[in-house]
Amino acid sequence: MKKALLIFSTAAAALAGSITVNATVIDEPAVNDEAVMEGMPRALSQYGFFLDAADQQPNYHVTSYELNTPLYSDGADKLRFVYLPEGTSLSGEDEGLLDFPVGSAIIKTFAFGDGDDRKLIETRVLLHRADGWIALPYRWNEDQTDAKLALAGARIPMTRPDGEEISYRIPNKNQCKTCHSKDGEVIPIGPKARNLDHGWLTMMANDGQLQSVPTGADALPVWTRADDFETDALARAYLDVNCAHCHQPGGGASNSGLDLRWEQDDPSQIGIRKPPVAAGRGAGGHAVSIAPGDPDASILVYRMSSTEAGIAMPELGRSTNDPDGIAVVRKWIEEMPAS
Amino acid sequence: MIRMTVAALALCSAAPILAETHTISPGEGAQERLQEALILAEPGDEVVLEAGRYTLTDGLSLDVDGVTLRGAGMNASILDFTNQAGSGEGLLVTSDNVTLRDFAVENAKGDGIKSKGADQIVYHALRVEWTNGPDASNGAYGIYPVEASNILVQDSYVRGASDAGIYVGQSENIIVRRNRVVENVAGIEIENSNRAEVTENLTTKNTGGILVFDLPGLPKVGGGDVLVARNAVIDNNTDNFAPEGNIVASVPAGTGVMIMANKGVHVRDNALINNSTSHVMMVAYTQAFDDDRYEPRPVDVVLSGNVYGSGGSAPDFAGGDMMAAAMGGALPPVLTDGLHRNLNKMDAVPVVSLGLTKVGQPFAEAQPQLLPPSPMVTKVTFTPVELPAEMEARIQ
Repeated sequence: MKKALLIFSTAAAALAGSITVNATVIDEPAVNDEAVMEGMPRALSQYGFFLDAADQQPNYHVTSYELNTPLYSDGADKLRFVYLPEGTSLSGEDEGLLDFPVGSAIIKTFAFGDGDDRKLIETRVLLHRADGWIALPYRWNEDQTDAKLALAGARIPMTRPDGEEISYRIPNKNQCKTCHSKDGEVIPIGPKARNLDHGWLTMMANDGQLQSVPTGADALPVWTRADDFETDALARAYLDVNCAHCHQPGGGASNSGLDLRWEQDDPSQIGIRKPPVAAGRGAGGHAVSIAPGDPDASILVYRMSSTEAGIAMPELGRSTNDPDGIAVVRKWIEEMPAS
Repeated sequence: MIRMTVAALALCSAAPILAETHTISPGEGAQERLQEALILAEPGDEVVLEAGRYTLTDGLSLDVDGVTLRGAGMNASILDFTNQAGSGEGLLVTSDNVTLRDFAVENAKGDGIKSKGADQIVYHALRVEWTNGPDASNGAYGIYPVEASNILVQDSYVRGASDAGIYVGQSENIIVRRNRVVENVAGIEIENSNRAEVTENLTTKNTGGILVFDLPGLPKVGGGDVLVARNAVIDNNTDNFAPEGNIVASVPAGTGVMIMANKGVHVRDNALINNSTSHVMMVAYTQAFDDDRYEPRPVDVVLSGNVYGSGGSAPDFAGGDMMAAAMGGALPPVLTDGLHRNLNKMDAVPVVSLGLTKVGQPFAEAQPQLLPPSPMVTKVTFTPVELPAEMEARIQ
């Protein structure tokens, strides 16, 4: 790995003429490990995750990645990055969450709009410290030069590229934990081997940033190529990614008895003919989470199709509906044999 | 505000600090100021709500152990969620040893105050209210501790919950004491929980006063060892306004105390007055289930020392009116579907049975009958619930 970066102040001229003049050695603009490891930095720039923040150009040791099936967040584009301190690497053996070394970070920026019109809204960071993970939200300024710590979150009125007016919610620090939580501990959600591209994992392994490509990697359907996959796989992947962080044993909604993880194969646990427990008006007059063959009688679809607090699921992270997700889950339930 | 700043600075330096008081006032930016205080509080700190109305747009949450959130009184410091746009509850607590006291939560879009996995929690002198009264569009639960041990809910007031005013679920070692629950579907509900005392509460104008339930298919099943004592359960005749699909939507209006699928429930020394279906109802869970751990019938119920007033004159289930007419205009104070096991009835009141013989049998097959006195098979005892002394000390 490079320790320093050579900057040629008058590069073209220098190369054309003498090869020895005008070369300056400066320190590499490294990620600030101290900021990753302690405190609550007030500005995103203090971490040094980006060489060019507005452009979201990652620093050295910061690698971008994508998920096969992503979490829906009001249709925002998400730019995902993982930071690994020099000399450390990811590991993992099966389809589950990769193991991140202490000192690493996961960075996710939410943006709307394309090209020059792209507007960065917030960046959420997950920092792996000696005493566990911590999640912090940062809100981008108008000038798009930096993002500021938003411990209490924020609500931002916004017009989506398709013209829809929404009230976009930046979660507060505790709400980060509501989703990123298992058995009371903060954990990452997204970077499970089963939801990561095989090519990316291989690249990371070749690069020494991943010990080996886990078995069970890359099993979830690629949402952008939905036509290539079975409805069942698409729907189960969607529920795994959008719901199972709470709806699993040890998760925020464990008391519901609903387990929407990809690996759960008990029909009742994933909601088939399962009566609600504490759904309140979220039940919408329906008797079961999933009524086979009848999406309109299924609480799951009802709650996915609402934006009203107290009814909408997930409870956090969206203020508009995901038509593609709803369509896939509806089709999946429709195709279930009714008897 | 100065204290807040000091606390924030102290936190940034990661140095241990003494317990602090963070005082929050209503007005501009209350959402962010209060939420930030709840995030930056350290164990032992108090977050104090000055008197006034706090207009909130999103749910609040607390995830720091040992914090007290205290207002100036249940009618003085009001967290107003009428304009709430996100979250499934008004206030969510996920840390241990928390005390919530002397404030109000109004018109939360989902549940009022929920605590999940929060052990040793004290809810004291709170008001959780949906101010328009009974309405299916109100939130489900007022005070909602779930998946925890050592829970104390006392001297609080809940009105308008479209499910249960005070709902304790999947927990153990619980005291629900001296509360007033008015115009909820269920006044107080203890569900899938063990070792609970529900005492000295006033439950009135709900659909059902006090419910002790167990449901299948949940992480924790096998509820029981519950004492319901010295409560006033009066005039719980409000039409059921629960949204359909919820289990409580099946509770008949006019229910005093209802026991469904539980083991070891003691109903003792209560005043049961003017509940028009039944003062005490025992039923089995009727839906299909697939859970080997689950006992769908009420087992080992003890009735003793209760005062039974008028009631049973307008039973809210199919055929109930004919049954009442046949029995002289009102049902006897105790009603069972016939599926209970080992009833320890010390009270000298008649019991009417629907005469069902199989779990899940439709009510249409009922064969109403007065139950002859039957000897108890096993004497059932109850050991008082003891909470850690420091919990009671927190509200002295």
